[in-house]
Amino acid sequence: MCTGRVDLEFVLRALSKGADGVFIGGCWLGECHYVTEGNYDALFNMHLGRKLLEQAGIDPQRLRLEWIAASEGTRYAEIMNDFGKQLKKLGPLGQSEGLDAKTLKRNLAALTKLLPYTKLVERERLRVRFATEQQYQDYFASEEFNRLFKELLVDKLAISQIMLLLREAPLSARDIAESLGIAANEVSRHLNSSSRLGLVRFDEAEKRFALA
Amino acid sequence: MDSNRVERQRIETAPDNRGDVLIVGGGISGIQASLDLANSGFRVFLVDKSPALGGKMAQLDKTFPSNDCSMCIESPKFIECARNPNIEIITYTEVDRVDGEVGDFKVTLTKKPRYIIEEKCTGCNICVDYCPVKIPDPFNQELSVNKSVHIYFSQAVPLVTYVDEKTCLYLQEGKCQICVGVCKTNAVDLHQKPEQFELEVGAILLAPGFDTFDPKLRNDFGYGVMENVVTSLDFERILCSTGPYEGEVRRPSDLAHPKKIAWIQCVGSRQVIEGGNSYCSAVCCTYTQKQVILAKDHDNGLDATIFHNDIRAYGKDFERFYQRAEKLDDVRFIRSYVTVGREIPESKNVTIRYATLDDGVKEEEFDLVVLSVGLSPPKDFKKLAATFGVELNEHGFCKSNPRNPIATNREGIFVSGAFQGPMDIPEAVVTASGADALVGELLNSRRGKLSRERVYPEERDTTKEEPKIGVVVCHCGANIGRVVDIPGVVEYASTLPNVTWAGENLFACSTENAQQIADAIKEKGLNRLVLAACTPRTHEPLFRDTCREAGINQYFFEMANIREHCSWVHSREKESATQKSKDIIRMSVARAAHLEPLQEFDLPVNKTAVVVGGGLAGMTSALNMAEQGFEVYLIEKDSDLGGMARRIYSTLEGMDVQVHLSDLVRKVYRNPLIHVACDSRILEVSGYVGNFVTKIETEGRRREISHGIAILATGAEEHRPDEYLYGENERVLTQLELEGEIVAGSERVQAAQSVVMIQCVGCRNEDRNYCSRVCCGQSIKNALKLKELNPGIDIHILFRDMRSYGFKEDYYREAAEQDIKFIRFEPQDKPVVTASGQGLKVVVSDPVLGHKLELEADLIALAAAAVAPESSRELARLFKASLNPDGFFQEAHVKLRPVDFAADGVFLCGAAQYPKHISETISQAYGAAGRAIGILSGDSVTASGAVCDVNEHDCVSCGACITACTYDAIRFVDTPHGKKARVEPVLCKGDGLCNAKCPTGAIYLKHYTDDEIFAQIDGAVLLKDEVH
Repeated sequence: MCTGRVDLEFVLRALSKGADGVFIGGCWLGECHYVTEGNYDALFNMHLGRKLLEQAGIDPQRLRLEWIAASEGTRYAEIMNDFGKQLKKLGPLGQSEGLDAKTLKRNLAALTKLLPYTKLVERERLRVRFATEQQYQDYFASEEFNRLFKELLVDKLAISQIMLLLREAPLSARDIAESLGIAANEVSRHLNSSSRLGLVRFDEAEKRFALA
Repeated sequence: MDSNRVERQRIETAPDNRGDVLIVGGGISGIQASLDLANSGFRVFLVDKSPALGGKMAQLDKTFPSNDCSMCIESPKFIECARNPNIEIITYTEVDRVDGEVGDFKVTLTKKPRYIIEEKCTGCNICVDYCPVKIPDPFNQELSVNKSVHIYFSQAVPLVTYVDEKTCLYLQEGKCQICVGVCKTNAVDLHQKPEQFELEVGAILLAPGFDTFDPKLRNDFGYGVMENVVTSLDFERILCSTGPYEGEVRRPSDLAHPKKIAWIQCVGSRQVIEGGNSYCSAVCCTYTQKQVILAKDHDNGLDATIFHNDIRAYGKDFERFYQRAEKLDDVRFIRSYVTVGREIPESKNVTIRYATLDDGVKEEEFDLVVLSVGLSPPKDFKKLAATFGVELNEHGFCKSNPRNPIATNREGIFVSGAFQGPMDIPEAVVTASGADALVGELLNSRRGKLSRERVYPEERDTTKEEPKIGVVVCHCGANIGRVVDIPGVVEYASTLPNVTWAGENLFACSTENAQQIADAIKEKGLNRLVLAACTPRTHEPLFRDTCREAGINQYFFEMANIREHCSWVHSREKESATQKSKDIIRMSVARAAHLEPLQEFDLPVNKTAVVVGGGLAGMTSALNMAEQGFEVYLIEKDSDLGGMARRIYSTLEGMDVQVHLSDLVRKVYRNPLIHVACDSRILEVSGYVGNFVTKIETEGRRREISHGIAILATGAEEHRPDEYLYGENERVLTQLELEGEIVAGSERVQAAQSVVMIQCVGCRNEDRNYCSRVCCGQSIKNALKLKELNPGIDIHILFRDMRSYGFKEDYYREAAEQDIKFIRFEPQDKPVVTASGQGLKVVVSDPVLGHKLELEADLIALAAAAVAPESSRELARLFKASLNPDGFFQEAHVKLRPVDFAADGVFLCGAAQYPKHISETISQAYGAAGRAIGILSGDSVTASGAVCDVNEHDCVSCGACITACTYDAIRFVDTPHGKKARVEPVLCKGDGLCNAKCPTGAIYLKHYTDDEIFAQIDGAVLLKDEVH
């Protein structure tokens, strides 16, 4: 098995089950033990995963990827100690983010639901292959990527979050906006498009939105 | 699995004493040769005079330069031998006589009385507990006590006791017999007599190994007199967790932890005095560095001092290993001869007198002194020579033919391992595989006639059963047991979901324990096995086999690594380590519940070989395989065969390279099974072991070759120096150029009155941090040749360390005797070459004289580095092979798979792996051929079950998996439900990249499915309060 096999779903699963951080350890770039160089894919996934976590209000530093060769026991120990220290500083998942347990769970569920779509989008629009780690960093910090990310994933995540929220109870647009920390006009836009698709309905009596 | 039982089965099915090969010596070389020969279709008798297999390697703690645990990598091979139906292990037995001739040897052997009936002994150790006689333990170098009856060591194969005749009360004085009474199986027979028997074989391989130099003989280092002077082999046992002090570094006198240890190099080696060996033992420099690193690992505060002569870090990755040892804190490498002074009566410390250039003579006190003893021929070398009719060299090792170091003077008798001369483990393994190649050539016509297949019980259908998981927790001697609370862990494991049974083992990998595990599976009706022990990297195959023996699918086996991942790294935090072990086991148990039975399948093998590189290595491999009846395509990029050997005329030992080369070229061209393609390059390689397709282009014409295996033998090149005026002044040559001129009898060589040679040009530096291995020998050879032409010539060799390892040391000495002057320089103060009139001038600092020397030189010869050719990179890419940081091919395992690539069916040999001398290249070429024949001689290869598959119902034909797969293992097929992705399981290597790309989860990696991994994750992050 290669680091490239590490599905973001594994990361989300660990976080939803109570892990405060996830560490991925892989072979150094250029030292692939297969010929697939899947560690580049792992690097891409890690960056994308961090973006998605951030979008869901979770500190992206909770996901860490490092290259460690089999012979680098000392490096491994140092990194694990460092990551442990870092996580202790952040505290339990949700604490440094200011998310209550329920919201945290919902946000992680929303991300998980989005993953199959993310994979399609990744393949069609986002995939890149660079030679160095710096290039990956630059790409994920670039305006070009952020534009694509917003266009392709941000709205979908918000809708996914709204759906999960409404599954709990019917809510007004304002409640939703407050709950999710999304601007009210954005919420209205998502609710309109979701109504058109027949995913939500407006309950006139309650003055609230509910799942269709 | 139990070797006794296997032997019993054999006796029933094969009452005859006929086999193909007799192997004398059950160390790593004999073991490897047995396995290779058995896999090539021969029936093997593996005979050892000691009570168990293993040889010297079994006594080592770790192996350099990877510091793998020696027993951990060797012991799986013991069991592989015991399980192989074509290997008959015969221990405690010596050969008396050999009659007959090649193809039809009649060998008379005597089995010494063990006083234990092997077939009845279960290795339960009860007799050992009750035996009243304590003796120094021979396996632990007599540093600890054992009983007069004991098992040789815990992982011994066969795992049965033996009685030490000299100390047994009954055998000496007719008293006692307690052991007879306590044995539940009546296995003790104190009236056993030596048993003589005869075997018939076609060929014999001598692999008796070596003995360590005995420093008591000359008694000049206080060994045997001063308690705190030990040999390096003693120290291996001291370091080892199964050693006398259970892995704690202590000294014999008071069992205190030594704080200051000295190593003395070259004990018994590089000495022409009476009782010493004149040659260099080749392994001591590096094993000492290993011991220093390990001792510092045990106690970072200790001081280590190494008194040495030249540092001979000439092997692959040795230079870096040396640097690693040297850079540790409080480690001093001191270049000095020493004498052992005295033992301080109160402290039992030992003083050493030494001299340095700066400080003169000093005497220093040490807590412990380790003598780095050299390798001597086996003690009974004279008897060996007489019994087998083989000639010895002047040192008592087997006289070997430089054109074929694995052959002896007697046809049909071969030699592998350290009986050829001092060598390290990979060379012992290479020559063993090479012996397979040579025996195969000799006995090709009888291949497969005496061999038999291994039969497993029928696999139980478990599909309708609920998961019933068995958990076994291994102590690994003290490796795990002394850190982790094993009974506590076992108790915890038995409470986990689906676990129906949990137990513990001292050494799960021992024959006896593995059998117990198989029995437990059968008796308790288990259908999953979790073993909490060491790493699957070395031990998974063994326990998968245990599952098969017990009648369940081998993929129902799951390993929880609580040694490398836990006890070794948390040895000081016992409670946390115990908790972590529980966590790791909980994860494995969770995963195990989801494991599914998987089928491996057999694929046909194309019996054609491709050899890339038409030098000495490639031709030797190709010819050997063709002689064994296999078709070979030999692909060479140049227009002629011969490679680098065309520029080498003789070896240091005097072999005429050109005669050998032209003979070989002629044989290659004349062999109808070898297709030579010169001026050719490889365009593309596809396929997999057993079924490769390689496209080549020869002078513009393209063709495709279908083949089953490939050997890469593309050699090395000579570095083009960019210093010492090379390329600016025509009087500055490389050693290869000089050799050419000597042979051509050039005018300037004949006229030269003074020659200066400079070593280490272009290597052992930042750009190439390795030693080119061959240059010291090459320079000595050319210097001696020049002296032969003109005895009056003045020759200076400027060196950093003379690395004339092994028997080459004798030539170094000869050169010094012939007044060739050797001057050592430091890398930061290199010699300076300037043109001076018609000649050249070299300025070098002489460390002995303490000032600069000015040397006149008519010619300067540079020992230019051997470098990996640029083309290796492309070839590695094509064959999916890997390279080391220096650009040389990287073998699958530095010690035990030295000619295999990690990619199945691709092998390597010659200087492309690392620079090497011609004899070494020839050995390795045979080794690679031997390994390749293991595949070619079979009818099929087995593909793993842990590969990807597609759930077609979920496949949306997006093609994401297909673009992710570099192995081209996935393609679309038309089905009634449209285009669907399908996996070619042989091509799939199980990396699982495609899984992470598939939006619907339709493609899945068997044995690592999402469900299995989710279960493991859930097990890992179980909330703290749920843990207990």
